Order: sequence, then structure tokens, then C-alpha cells
Amino acid sequence: MEYIIELLDKNGLIVAFLVTGIMVYFSEGISVKLTNKKLPGSAIAIFMGLVIAYLGGILTEGKSGIADIPGLTGFKVMGGPMFRDFAIVSTAMGASFAVIKKTGSVGILSLFLGVIFSFIAGVGIAYAFGITDVESLTTIGAGACTFVVGPVTGTAVGASSDIIAISIAAGVVKSILVTIGTPFIAPYIGLNNPKSAMIFGGLMGTTSGTAAGLAATDPKLVPYGAMTATFYTGLGCLMCPSVLYLALKAIL
Amino acid sequence: MLLRGVALLAGCYIIGQIIGESLGHYLGINNNVGGVGFAMLLLIIAQNELEKRDLFHVEMGEGVMFWSKMYIPVIVAMSSIQNVRVAFNNGFLALLAGILPVAICLIFMPILSKSKNN
Repeated sequence: MEYIIELLDKNGLIVAFLVTGIMVYFSEGISVKLTNKKLPGSAIAIFMGLVIAYLGGILTEGKSGIADIPGLTGFKVMGGPMFRDFAIVSTAMGASFAVIKKTGSVGILSLFLGVIFSFIAGVGIAYAFGITDVESLTTIGAGACTFVVGPVTGTAVGASSDIIAISIAAGVVKSILVTIGTPFIAPYIGLNNPKSAMIFGGLMGTTSGTAAGLAATDPKLVPYGAMTATFYTGLGCLMCPSVLYLALKAIL
Repeated sequence: MLLRGVALLAGCYIIGQIIGESLGHYLGINNNVGGVGFAMLLLIIAQNELEKRDLFHVEMGEGVMFWSKMYIPVIVAMSSIQNVRVAFNNGFLALLAGILPVAICLIFMPILSKSKNN
């Protein structure tokens, strides 16, 4: 038994690929069979990751979730900042400035408003819960943007892992809320044309949530909303650990 | 060609991170300031410039696309290594921090939709 665990740890990254693959497979299944694709598989998978991290923490009383369990230490590499940032940067591929220009100034304005006000709302709530250090506040504010902006910002400013976990959870809640809520709220906010879909994508960010929510509203709107939403994470990763962090530091 | 795409991505990543670290260093806050964001900007610029010169090969794109598709699995792995046991006590905070921003941003929706697109 000992030598098998040693072997698993030696090939940690590969083991992590396998286990994550199984998790993603099951969450896709849950998404299709149990929620009729109403909840995106990605949101379920990330939530599953948090649950597993919780179980890992309970079992080992460690700080690194599932990676504290012998044989699964490779998760630290796959889920670490290097792979994460590398994968996030790659999603910028295919974006073109021509498309941004076509979206017009309103689309760009919606992006900035979306990031800044999500950040402020997140910081405000964290502050109300008694968190006062700038790094943690910034991280939770960033998590209120998306579940990616939160951890990227948290790592950049040096926040602790439990604060980063909160920021991911906040982003996942947002993603699920947008997914489920979009079809219900669409008639009240005039979400029925490409322009409003682009504004909606810019304000909400959370690409998976926006895409899934718009798909449930009107599939024709998906590419428009997704177009602005893809820029949201990039803008968030750019602004949260820099301008917004410094602004918050200056205020507090 | 495939590796050229990965190398392009790696180049943008490293330069972006260096910009972020340097910015943090010179601002005196010892943090990485927007490194990932700069890297994304660089990748968009690099791709657009290469395409303009007809130097962007399809296979190069595939080298980058692989990582783009690995994005959600990597995020899942990242979630699995967080200190959720401690964060759990603040579950309500996470819930509110997810809901309130959506509500606030929705307020802007009608205002922006009515504006003229120019």
C-alpha cells in the first residue's frame, strides 16, 4: 500500500488530471440528468471541488484541502498558481479589438461598471462581516467579480487560502445565480436584443453563467453576451490587484 | 507549429508576469499587480498582429486552445486545494458576496440599454 501511495505522489500531476477528469465527467452528468442543463457542468464541478477540499480539510486537518491526502498531493501543482494563470491567459485567444469596437462604448462602459461595482459590493459585504485587512477585502471583492478573478487577485496580493476559498465560493454563487435567474429577469430588464445581451454580459461577467443563462432565455443572444463577458475576467484580473487594490489601500 | 503556439502563450505569460511583478516592485507593494491581465492583453495584441501579417498558423491556435480548454479543470483542481474547512464558517459571507453584486449591476441594465450606441 505504502509503495502505491508513493508512486501516486511521484506522478502527482497525472493523478490530478485523472481525478479532476472523473470529477468533471460526473458534474457534466449531474448537469444534464438532474438539472436538465439548467446548471452548467463547470459550476457544479467547481462546487464539487470546494466540497472535496472541505472533506480533505476535515480528514487531515490540513490547510490544502484534498492535496493533504497522501497520493493526491499533485493537486497542488495542477491547481497551483502557475497552471491556473497560464490557462486563464490562454482564454484571451480569439478576442479581437475589432469585435470590442463593434460592441461600442456602451459595451465597454458596462464592463467597467460591472467590475467596479461588483468589487465594491463584495468589499462592502466583507467589511460588514468584520474583515478589515486590505488584502482579504480586495480578494473577496475580486471574488464578487468571478471565481477566477478572486483567486488570481488573492494570490497576487498575498491573501490566505481560506479567504481565497470564500472568494471562489462567492464567484460560484454568482455564476449559479446568473444561470438560473437570467430567464426570469429577462423580460423586466429588456434583455431581448443583441445590444442588451452585450451589456448584460459586460455587467455580469461570469462567462459560464452568462452563456448558460442567455441560452435558457434566447439561444440567439448567447454569442453577444459571451463576447463581452469574456473580456470581463481579463479586465477584472487587470484591475482588482492593481487600481482597485491601491484605491482600497488608500481609503483604509 | 503546435509548440510555437504554446511558446507564444508562454512568452506572453512570462512578460505579463514580469510587468506585473515589476510594477508591484516599483510601487513598493511587493505584490504582482495585474500580471495575468497584462499577459492576456499581450496575447490578444500578438495574435491580432500575427494575423494581420498572415503569420498566425491554425495549428498555432490549437496549441493555445488546448490550454484554454484546460481552464475549467484547472479551476476545479484549484478549488480542491483551498482551505474550505476554515472558510466554511464564512459561508454566509460568500453567499451574500455572490448575490449582492448581481443585484447592484442589474440596476445599470435599463440605464445602459436606453443609451445611444455610438
